[in-house]
Amino acid sequence: MNDDYKGYRDPAKKVLIEHKVRVWSEVKMRTTRGHFEGTILPRSETSDAKHIVLKLANGYNIGILSDTVETIEEQSYKEAIYKIPEKEFPTDPKKPNIKLLGTGGTIASRLDYRTGAVIPAFSPGELYGSVPELADYCNLTTEKLFGVFSENMGPEQWIRLAEAIGEAIEAGTDGIVIGHGTDVMHHTAAILSFMVQDSPVPIVMVGSQRSSDRPSSDAALNLIHAVNTAGKSDIAEVVVSMFGPTSDQYGLLHRGTRVRKMHSSYRSTFRTIGDIPLAMVDREKITPLRSDYKKRRNDRRVKINTAFEEKVSIVYYYPNMQPDIIDSLIDNGYRGIVIAGTGLGHVNKPVYKALERAQKKGVAVYMTVQTLWGYVQMYVYETGRRLMELGVIPGANMLPEVAYVKLCWALGQTDDLDKVKKIMLTPIAGEITEREPYNGYLIYQGGIPEVEEFLRTIKR
Amino acid sequence: MSELLKPFEEMTADDYRDLGMKSGLEIHQQLLTEKKLFCRCPAGHYSNEYDAEILRHMRPTLSELGEYDGTALMEFKTKKNITYRINHQTVCTYEMDDTPPFEINPEALDSALQIAQLMNYKMVGEIHIARKQYLDGSIPTGFQRTTIVGVDGWIKLNGRRIGLIQLGLEEDACREVSDVGHERIYITDRLGMPLIETVTEPVLFTPQEAAEAAQLLRWIVRSTGRVRTGIGAARQDVNVSITGGTRIEIKGVPRIPMIPRLIYNEVMRQHALLKIRDILNSRGIRDATFKAGDEDVTLLVNKTEWDPIAQAVKRGETVRCINLRGYAGILSHRTQTGKTFSKEISDRVRVIACLTRLPNLLTSESTEETIDSYIWNKIRRKMGADSHDALILVWGTEGDVETAVKEIKIRAREAAIGIPNETRQALADSTNGFERILPGAERMYPDTDLPPLEITQERLERLQKQNPPPLWERFEKYTKIGVPAHLITSIAASVRARFFEHVVETLNVPPLKAAVFLFEMTRYWKRKKMNLSKMTDKRWELFFSSALAQPALWQKGAELIEMFLSEEEADFERLLKVYIPPAWKETNLEPAIEKIIRSEEKKISDKQKLKKRCMGIAMQTFKGHVLAEKVQAVLQRKLDAEGGSHE
Repeated sequence: MNDDYKGYRDPAKKVLIEHKVRVWSEVKMRTTRGHFEGTILPRSETSDAKHIVLKLANGYNIGILSDTVETIEEQSYKEAIYKIPEKEFPTDPKKPNIKLLGTGGTIASRLDYRTGAVIPAFSPGELYGSVPELADYCNLTTEKLFGVFSENMGPEQWIRLAEAIGEAIEAGTDGIVIGHGTDVMHHTAAILSFMVQDSPVPIVMVGSQRSSDRPSSDAALNLIHAVNTAGKSDIAEVVVSMFGPTSDQYGLLHRGTRVRKMHSSYRSTFRTIGDIPLAMVDREKITPLRSDYKKRRNDRRVKINTAFEEKVSIVYYYPNMQPDIIDSLIDNGYRGIVIAGTGLGHVNKPVYKALERAQKKGVAVYMTVQTLWGYVQMYVYETGRRLMELGVIPGANMLPEVAYVKLCWALGQTDDLDKVKKIMLTPIAGEITEREPYNGYLIYQGGIPEVEEFLRTIKR
Repeated sequence: MSELLKPFEEMTADDYRDLGMKSGLEIHQQLLTEKKLFCRCPAGHYSNEYDAEILRHMRPTLSELGEYDGTALMEFKTKKNITYRINHQTVCTYEMDDTPPFEINPEALDSALQIAQLMNYKMVGEIHIARKQYLDGSIPTGFQRTTIVGVDGWIKLNGRRIGLIQLGLEEDACREVSDVGHERIYITDRLGMPLIETVTEPVLFTPQEAAEAAQLLRWIVRSTGRVRTGIGAARQDVNVSITGGTRIEIKGVPRIPMIPRLIYNEVMRQHALLKIRDILNSRGIRDATFKAGDEDVTLLVNKTEWDPIAQAVKRGETVRCINLRGYAGILSHRTQTGKTFSKEISDRVRVIACLTRLPNLLTSESTEETIDSYIWNKIRRKMGADSHDALILVWGTEGDVETAVKEIKIRAREAAIGIPNETRQALADSTNGFERILPGAERMYPDTDLPPLEITQERLERLQKQNPPPLWERFEKYTKIGVPAHLITSIAASVRARFFEHVVETLNVPPLKAAVFLFEMTRYWKRKKMNLSKMTDKRWELFFSSALAQPALWQKGAELIEMFLSEEEADFERLLKVYIPPAWKETNLEPAIEKIIRSEEKKISDKQKLKKRCMGIAMQTFKGHVLAEKVQAVLQRKLDAEGGSHE
C-alpha cells in the first residue's frame, strides 16, 4: 500500500508529486501568500482536494491552497508513529481474573489521519498502558472480537459476543467486561440479556462518551468502574456501567434490558427507564440500590441461546402514518413488527387494515410506547381494544428497542406465534416488570426553584 | 554576598546586552463579539454567582506524534479535584464538555483575519482547529480549541521591524477561584470567549522595549475596534532568556507597566541559577554525580514547638528529610529580589505535591528561628550529613510527601544542569513563581470534531478593506500635521481616527481643535453617560464647518453640544443658529469697547483695575461671539492709545 500521499487527491496530490515531496516530508514552501515551513501531514479523505496540510514547528496544523504553491523544498523526512506506552500487566493471584472483550467503539480508540476522526484501534494491551489503575482491581486478559463502530453492530456480532461470553465463563473467568460504542450499547445489552441465560458472573458493558484521546475523557473512569464491578460485585447479570452524573463521581449499573441512551453527547447519557438502577459504583465500592438481581455463583452453568430472526422491524408511529408502511414490511417478508405507539399504545385508523393483513399473514406485531416511561394499556380506549382484535399484542413496559431484539430472539427460536407470545411476555431478564416504582420515573424540570436548589447543592 | 545585578533603576541597555537578554511577548486579547467562539453563549458577561457545580479530573493523554507531554504528566501527578462553577446565563453544555462544538463563530474569525492582515501576517489557506492540552483544568475538555490564521507577520516599533511568529484564534479559559491542597475551583463565565494570541519573536532587547512593544500591540488591535477593553480583556505573557539560560515564559502579566521589572527579576533569576550551577559544577556535582538521600524523621521532630511542623504532627502527617549532598549554601543563594533558591523548591512542592499550606518546607539554611539545633543535629546524624550538605524537611500526608521528596530531588538535580524549562507566574511584587513545566509542541493535536475551513481570497480582501492604516504610519502623519504629541497615540489607536483625519484633512480643522472635541470632550461626555450617538458624523461636520466660520464656536461649542445631548427634543441645526448670533465685525467692536472705556475711566483711576473692569464688561457682551483674545487685544490697544494722550 502506498501511503506517500495518504488521503490526498488531485489537484493537491499532483502538486506534491510535482515537487517531489510526500506525507511526512519536512518542507519549506513558497506560496503566493508567503513562506511556510513544516511537515506535510496526511489529509482527511472527507476534506476537499485543494489543500495541503502542514504541521508547523509550534504544533499547529494549517492548510495551504495547492494553487498558491510556487515551490516546495524537502528538508528531511520523518514518519510519525503513534505509540502508546505499553506495560506488561502485573498478575496477582489474590485478584479476580477478568476477561475484557473488545468490540471497537469509543472506549478503545485513536486518531486517524485519513478520516480526521477517532477510530477504534487501541489494542486492549495498549489500554493498560493508559489506565494503569486497572491492575489494582484485577488480572486482565483481553480478546478483540471485532472492531466495528457501535452503529454497525448487528446479529453477527451479537452472536459472536454471546459465544465468546460463554467460552470465557466456561474457562473460569470471574467477570466479563465488554468494551462497546455507546450508540447502540443498550441494544447489545438487551440482546445479550436474552442470549446469555443464568450467567454465574457479572457481564459489564462499558464505553465512553468523550474519546480516550482527551484529558477529560470518561473512558478511564468508566473502565475502572467496569473492572471493579466485574471483579467484585455479586450482580450476575448483563449490566451497563456508565457515568451517573456528568461529574467524575460515580457510575451507575443499569440492568441490560432497562437501560437507554438518552442524550446525544452527555457523559451521563445512560438512564434506567421505568425503574431504578441496580447499583452505584466508584473506585472503591459497589453500592446496590436494590436486591432483586441474580447473584454470583461458583458454578459454570451458563446457557447460551443465540437464536435470531433478522426479519423484524421497529415502526415509530407518527400522526398520519399510512398503511403502506406496514404493508411494505409484510411484502418484504418481515415476520415481526414492534410498534412504538403513542400514549398507552395507539396508532391511527388508516393503519388498521394493514395490521389486519399482517395478522392474516402471520406476522407477529407487538405494541410498545414511544413515551418510553410507562406501560402499554390497550383496554383503556376503544382504539386499543380494536388494535388487539387485529392481533397487536401489548408489550407491557418493554422498551421499544428491547422488544425489538427480544422478538428477533423469539422468532429465531420458533415459528409458532403462540410460543413466540409466551417467550415475549414472560419476563426473562427484567425487561417486563410487575410494578413500576414511584421513583422510577424522574425527569426533573430545569428552572423550577426546588430543582435549581437541588442542582446547586446536591447534583454534581 | 555581592549583588547579583545592579539595582533595576541603574541597569542600562548595555548591561542587558552584555547578559544577552532576549525577550518576546505573547499577547492574549479578547475579541469584541456577541457570542462565544464555539457555542452560542453570550460573550462578555461576568458574574461570580453560580447555579451549579460539577467535578472533573484530568488525565494525560497521547499526542498525535506519540509522546506524553511533560506538562501533562506533571499535572497528573497533582491529582486535583477540579470543581467548575456554572452560571446558567453564561455557560451551556458545550463549555462543560457535554456537547460537541458548534461551527466557529464567523464574527470572531473575521476579526482575527482582519487583525492578522493589519499586522502583515502570511495568511493560511485553510484553518485547522487544534486541541492544545491544559491539564490544570482551566478548560473542562482538558484542551483549548485553537487555530492559526497567519504566520510570520511584523509590526514597526521605533522604526524597527519586530517579527511576529503567529496569530492564533482560540477560546478563553476559566478564571481560578482558589487552589488549596487537592481542591481547585474555577468559575466558568469567561470560558469559551474568543481571543487572539499574538506571538512576537524574541527580539526585544531591553525591558523597556518589551513594554513598548506590548503597548504598541495593544494599540494596534484596538485601532480596529474589534477587541474588548477593560480589566482582563488583554493579558500578556513575557518570554525571557539570557546567554546560557533558558527561554522562560512568565504568564499572566496583568498590566503592561509591570513588564520591565518582571523581566529584570527574571534576568536576575537566570543569572543566579547559572551561578549556582557553576558553583555546584565546581564542587563536582553534575547531573550524573548528583546524590540525595531521604528518611522519615517524624519521630525526631515530633516534640518540636515550631508551629508548622508541630501542627503537621498533630494532624498525623509524615515528616521526611532530604539530604542534598554537597549543596551547602545553595538553598540560601539569592535568586530574585527578596528570594532564595529554596523558594524554587518550595514552589515545585506546592504545585506538584499539592502542599499548598506555607511554609511547606524547612531548610537547614533557614536563618529564622525554627526547630532547635539539637534536633537538627539528631537529623544530621540520622542522615549522615556533614557541613557540605544541605537538608530539607517536608511534611504532609504520606502520598503527597512521597511526591514532594521526588520533586525536591528533581529540582535540586536540575540546579546542577542549568535552568529548567518552566512556565512561571507573574507575582504582584514583580518577581515570579513556578507555574508548570513548559509545555512543548507535543501537546497539540487536531480537533476531530470540526472540519478544516477554507479562507478565501475574497474574504481576506473584504476584511483588509476594513482595516485602518498601520499605527506607525499614523504616528508619522500626525506628527507631521501637528497633532499634539500627548494625543497622538490615543487618537491613532482609536476607531474614530478615520473621522478625525477626515475632519483635519478635508475640512481643514486645526488638529488640536479636532482632537479636543472628538476625543477629550467626547470622553468626558461618555463618562457623564450622555447619549453620544446623537452626535452623528454629519452633525460633527456641520459643527466644525460652522466653527471655522464662527471662531467663537470653539469656546461655546462644548456648552452647545452638551445642551443638545441632554435635551431630548433639541434641534442641533437650529441650536447652532440661535445659540451663536452672527459674528461681530471688528469695525463694530472698536466703538463698543471705546464706549465702555469712556464710561468706566471716570470711576477708576488705576490702570490695571480699569483694564480688568472693562474686560469684564466687554466679555458680558461678546462672550460666544468674539474670541476673548481678540477683545483683549482691542481693549489693550485702546487703553494704550488713551494712556498716551494723557501724558
